[in-house]
Amino acid sequence: MQLHHSLTGLLKLELMGIKSSRELEDGSSNQILMNQKQNNIAPQIIEEKEPSSFKLIFALGIAGLISGIILVGTYIYTDPLIKANKEAAMQRAIFKVLPECTSYTALKLEDGKLIEKVADTDKKKETDKEELLIYAGYNANKQLIGFAIPGSEPGFQDIIGAIFGYDGTGKVIIGFEVLESKETPGLGDKIFKDADFKTNFTSLVVEPEIIAVKKGQKQNPNEVETITGATISSKAIVRLLNKTMAIWQTTINEYIKQNNITVINKHEQARK
Amino acid sequence: MSKPENSNQNAHEFLKGLWDENPVFVAVLGMCPALAVTNTAINSLAMGLATTFVLVCSSILVSLLKSVIPKQVRITAYIIIIATFVTVVDFLLAAFTPAVHKELGAFIALIVVNCLILGRQEAFASKNTVGLSILDALGMSAGFTFAMLCIGIPREILGSGSLFDVLLFGDGFEPWVVMILPPGGFFMLGFLLLGFNWYSQKKKERELMKKN
Amino acid sequence: MDNLIWIFVSALLINNFTLSYFLGLCPFLGVSGKLETAFRLGLANIFVMLITAACAYILNTWVLVYAPYLRLISFIIVIASSVQFVEMAMKKLSPDLFRALGIFLPLITTNCAILGLALFSTNKGYGFIEGMVYALGAGGGVTLALVLLAGVREETKILDIPNVIRGTAINLIIAGIISMAFMGFAGLFST
Repeated sequence: MQLHHSLTGLLKLELMGIKSSRELEDGSSNQILMNQKQNNIAPQIIEEKEPSSFKLIFALGIAGLISGIILVGTYIYTDPLIKANKEAAMQRAIFKVLPECTSYTALKLEDGKLIEKVADTDKKKETDKEELLIYAGYNANKQLIGFAIPGSEPGFQDIIGAIFGYDGTGKVIIGFEVLESKETPGLGDKIFKDADFKTNFTSLVVEPEIIAVKKGQKQNPNEVETITGATISSKAIVRLLNKTMAIWQTTINEYIKQNNITVINKHEQARK
Repeated sequence: MSKPENSNQNAHEFLKGLWDENPVFVAVLGMCPALAVTNTAINSLAMGLATTFVLVCSSILVSLLKSVIPKQVRITAYIIIIATFVTVVDFLLAAFTPAVHKELGAFIALIVVNCLILGRQEAFASKNTVGLSILDALGMSAGFTFAMLCIGIPREILGSGSLFDVLLFGDGFEPWVVMILPPGGFFMLGFLLLGFNWYSQKKKERELMKKN
Repeated sequence: MDNLIWIFVSALLINNFTLSYFLGLCPFLGVSGKLETAFRLGLANIFVMLITAACAYILNTWVLVYAPYLRLISFIIVIASSVQFVEMAMKKLSPDLFRALGIFLPLITTNCAILGLALFSTNKGYGFIEGMVYALGAGGGVTLALVLLAGVREETKILDIPNVIRGTAINLIIAGIISMAFMGFAGLFST
């Protein structure tokens, strides 16, 4: 471990072209020297003839050139594959939370309205992360069947990222999938491993708001039965759904009204 | 496991990393970022293999370039080379095994600060031929992967009752969840080092006995 | 504001860099023998992490958008050089501060906790202020872990511990126990 310290120390000195060894407190410098001997590293104290700075720059230039070629080559080769993987993962999640969905388009929020997002043309793909996106899902007949909405919320351990299907007009959540979670294995991770918990989200009414209740006490269609031993994680999911719905609900309603779309909705028909 | 004094130098360069100079057990090198992904056997193996790739590739390049790189800028050059191969392995994993890439996350990128890799460039690859450097790198990374599995396999068995995602025990087994949580990593490495120390001490005592 | 508090407490206690991500183990096990040293090393860590967060944000916003494959290399080189630069400035402007922290800077310039901070905060898409708060929390967390371990280690020096377990083995087991204690902080923000 001290070896690493000494090496990073050397790196830093080298960056500035300084060759002297620094005196460290607590005998650290002695330890470093000892370690250097153990690892057959020649101590850097002996002064030598300094090579010209041209040679130093040239050597680093070669290292940089080689690494540049390798990097750009790999990047060009793997980038389409990585993008396709990400796309496929998103597609799988959307299809899971919107049953019967066969295609989807991404929608983004602009000036308080939802508009269709045009495919990436420029290189600024990193900024996508900050952009809020939801996905409109269509069935095989190209009819709108609902929206897949991603959201995130602090859980027991870390941020939980999830995506859920919302049917638009019926105000019902029809599917739910955890995308990212570090919840405690065996306890909190039941939010995505427990099959019973998932049945909460096959037709969950979002109005007036979703409420968490104890297992076996579900009476109303807007209640979620929490998991025994994972109450905090379950409640985090409920908070996630409520918060995310609060962000999107009005804009989704307006989107449907403005574009005069009818949402094919089994749940609404069933309730009537 | 190895008897370097009886075999030729090539075999020695390879075998020393496995046991006599095992980077993890003997020097406790390279555990900082790697310990975090030893919660399952498959993650440990993936981390070991990714590290192997980086160590072998950078050793080849460093030993090829050893005469071109002046001493004054060598560490900077090594770091550029190592960071290049870490980025390459990061991209390759993301492209071909997205599931593994998601599990390991930022810890793949952290291979770059694995003390073991820079240590081998400085101590071996910069002074030896390409062939020997490859053997040294392979041996060291085999030792590292072996150590990762020594931590990962017991953690997965005890912590989730499975090995490589295959359930081993019936429903009666209550997993020791703490083993797959961070404290389990500290405990496992601690106990392994304890065992290794104990073994080396016994060996020394035996050798002393023989001499007397 | 709630978000910033969550980021800070999460990095400080719940997802402590050393105790739950195993980052910065080298100085954690190597230097934490004395309480005073450990504390100053921790402060130096906070200091470097703040510089790192600023560098990572600048690089991520203006450079890496066009060349994502340079992420790792540029993080390492820019962080190392900036810390060196700030160290020189500190030596000139505030010799007292330099005496307190300066000697530790070379040790931590490119350790895993520093690079980990840069990677995590850019992965999470933090902005400038969020990044700085995250750095403060993470640095504070590393300091806390270092100080706690050093405290226990000072005690173990005078205890009767079998020789075979002395050194790294016992330190790791102590770290495991501290890490277990820190697990109690999980769920702090969920009620």
